Amino acid sequence: MSSGELIDSFVVPVHPHTVLAPEKNEGWGKLRQAYDDAAKRIQDSGADLLIIYSTTWPSIIGHQIQADPNPQWVMVDNDFHDLGSIEYSFNIDSEFAHAWNAANKARGLQSRTISYHGFPIDVGSVVALTLLNPGNKIPAVIVSSNVYSNRSETTVLAKACLDVIKNTGRKAVAVTAMSLSNRMFTEDIDPKDDKIHSLKDDEWNRKILEFLSEGRLEDVSQLSRTIHRQIRVQKVVTFKPMWWLSAMNENRNNLTGEVLAYEAIHGAGGAVVHLNPTPSGVGDKEYDEDNVEVFGGERGVLDTAEEVDTPVEKSSSGPKLWEPTDAEGSVNTDAAPKPVGAYPHARRVGDMLYLSGVGPRQPGTNSIPGGPIHDENGKPCDYDIKAQTQAVIDNISRILEEAGSSLDKVLDVTSFLVDMDRDFQGYNEVWAETLGKVGPTRTTLAIRALPTPIAVEMKVIAQI
Amino acid sequence: MTKGEIVAGCLAPHPPHLVYAENPPQNEPTAEGGWEQLRWGYERLRESLADVDYDVIVVLSPHWQTYIGTHFLGLPHFKNLSVDPVFPNLFRYNYDLDIDVDLSKQIHDKAEQAGLAVKMMTNPDFRVDYGTITTGHMFNPKWDKPMVVVSSNRSTAYYSVDVMQEMMIELGKVTRQAIEESGKKAVVLASNSLSHRHFTTESEVPEDMSKEHITSHAMHLWDMRIIDYMRSGQCQRILDEMPEFTEQAIAESDGGAFSWLLSALEVPDYPAILHGYGTIIGTGNAIVEWPVYKHKEANQ
Repeated sequence: MSSGELIDSFVVPVHPHTVLAPEKNEGWGKLRQAYDDAAKRIQDSGADLLIIYSTTWPSIIGHQIQADPNPQWVMVDNDFHDLGSIEYSFNIDSEFAHAWNAANKARGLQSRTISYHGFPIDVGSVVALTLLNPGNKIPAVIVSSNVYSNRSETTVLAKACLDVIKNTGRKAVAVTAMSLSNRMFTEDIDPKDDKIHSLKDDEWNRKILEFLSEGRLEDVSQLSRTIHRQIRVQKVVTFKPMWWLSAMNENRNNLTGEVLAYEAIHGAGGAVVHLNPTPSGVGDKEYDEDNVEVFGGERGVLDTAEEVDTPVEKSSSGPKLWEPTDAEGSVNTDAAPKPVGAYPHARRVGDMLYLSGVGPRQPGTNSIPGGPIHDENGKPCDYDIKAQTQAVIDNISRILEEAGSSLDKVLDVTSFLVDMDRDFQGYNEVWAETLGKVGPTRTTLAIRALPTPIAVEMKVIAQI
Repeated sequence: MTKGEIVAGCLAPHPPHLVYAENPPQNEPTAEGGWEQLRWGYERLRESLADVDYDVIVVLSPHWQTYIGTHFLGLPHFKNLSVDPVFPNLFRYNYDLDIDVDLSKQIHDKAEQAGLAVKMMTNPDFRVDYGTITTGHMFNPKWDKPMVVVSSNRSTAYYSVDVMQEMMIELGKVTRQAIEESGKKAVVLASNSLSHRHFTTESEVPEDMSKEHITSHAMHLWDMRIIDYMRSGQCQRILDEMPEFTEQAIAESDGGAFSWLLSALEVPDYPAILHGYGTIIGTGNAIVEWPVYKHKEANQ
């Protein structure tokens, strides 16, 4: 299995004018041409997945991911209904959607998939997929923008998506459907009179586009809150798509950027921007915000204090945690859970990599996806072996990546289960879908206990 | 022609959970009940108006959000499937409703004359928002009255609650005038919650009432304050405090429906009837009736 990657990113406008009325205004026509150019670039890139983060799909209960394999309906815009209707029929990668949903949960996010006949796909997603993916040649996935999410949550959402891209070997293109300035005229206008609503909005838009043309995506991301205050009216969703897109690009500032078009749509700033991961030579990031791996925020307000402390996402009890030791060839990362003793996450010898035993605990929170096997009083809990096994493999993947390796270079695995009778089948199923496709040798042992209340641990040898 | 009139005005919130909990044949998902206090409140409201004669329901829903003025459904009939984009697991409702296009156009024209930005919506593919459908179902499950459906002009996004309120007070006035000139009897509905801070998680069984409560004490205090004003006939104080209420309770009054309703009712100084109050995923919801016809009878 080859390791997947994000091969391109695009910023595209949301309003329906580019689909329904490009001929009515020169600027709308230029945006349409840029959309068509972007579509050709995507086709030529060899991409096999389009990921849309849409600002016109607000959600409240965490993030929602479209998983209906073929959603079809007719979309009419709330404001611009007089422009006409857009019939859609999209090719959604349901399998990826479900995997992303699971990855979100493993990283502490509230998340769910959506697959309902007649679900109203939002205008931004409809416009983006209609124009970027003519003929539905490339499977797509759409994610909502949560109205309450902060930067940490949005960053973790992107990292969970990257987990799945890498683990499934996809060549993905990330798309944010969004306006720059979003202040529209509050009355009908003659299309020929369209312009950016104010000089201030125009100046901010041009500054954003200057940064993006230099590949400085992370700089724009860090300015998101300021941009929102300066040129965004307080609609449901704030200027958070740049947080997601920057995290999808590993918070870099040296991408290769190109602005394909920038024009007004009923006063709002619409732009088509292409961001390629090829280093541009411009200065790299000054990333000074928390590089959070797992979301441990304020989700859970529905539950009482006792119920928040349920086994499902409970932090593990057990021995104290250590900083990983540092010796010649040691490989350590904040993206993996801290050791329970004085040892490194891995050690490199030549082109070989030897990992310490890896469990499912989550970096940062130390929580156990699927829940611990017993509570603090030793009372057994009903845990999910599949979630634990997947979390182990995700942790292994992060350590390997830190060392410059990847899951597809794993050679040998020794697995330890604390309850072979109960857990072997679930463990084996997750294995078959992940490392089983890589093909390392494997030995599975039943043992009495592990140092923390987990059910599975793996010892890995890989090549770099 | 006899002068038309508003016979009643109601605060009629639209969380789709209420329809979900009721299991009507039009809605695909099924529930084991839930939110009974509010559903019984709607029952009391329907009983209260059962013997009142009226021709049309005029509703303003915060979930038909328009940024370019106020829009009105402008075709005589709409039939489609409404799926809530936020709670699609709860609400997938097959609706079939009639529009009083004449009255819609009359309100539209008067609003235009008053200087408001307005537009008629005449695209037959348009899907009516789930707020309108939920309020429409809970208020009139037989769907046997034509409706006027008014969009929520999100002017708070551009200006302030004060400016929004000025516009909605004007819209309320012209709504009343148009109804009076039409010769029709109308019930006007503001389809909004009070405090509007949601939970961000959903229990495994959405109708698990052991999980339902207001999101914070501050929200409760605001809701009770506004309810006290409504019950004691102090609606001008609601309008006066609307900016603070909207901001501090993150209230759904930001959509303008509440201000529009009070204006259409000429800012009642008589007590409203509270038919029910309850929370839905943490938001505060009140079902309230201003029995205009009774008030007029008492004053004659």
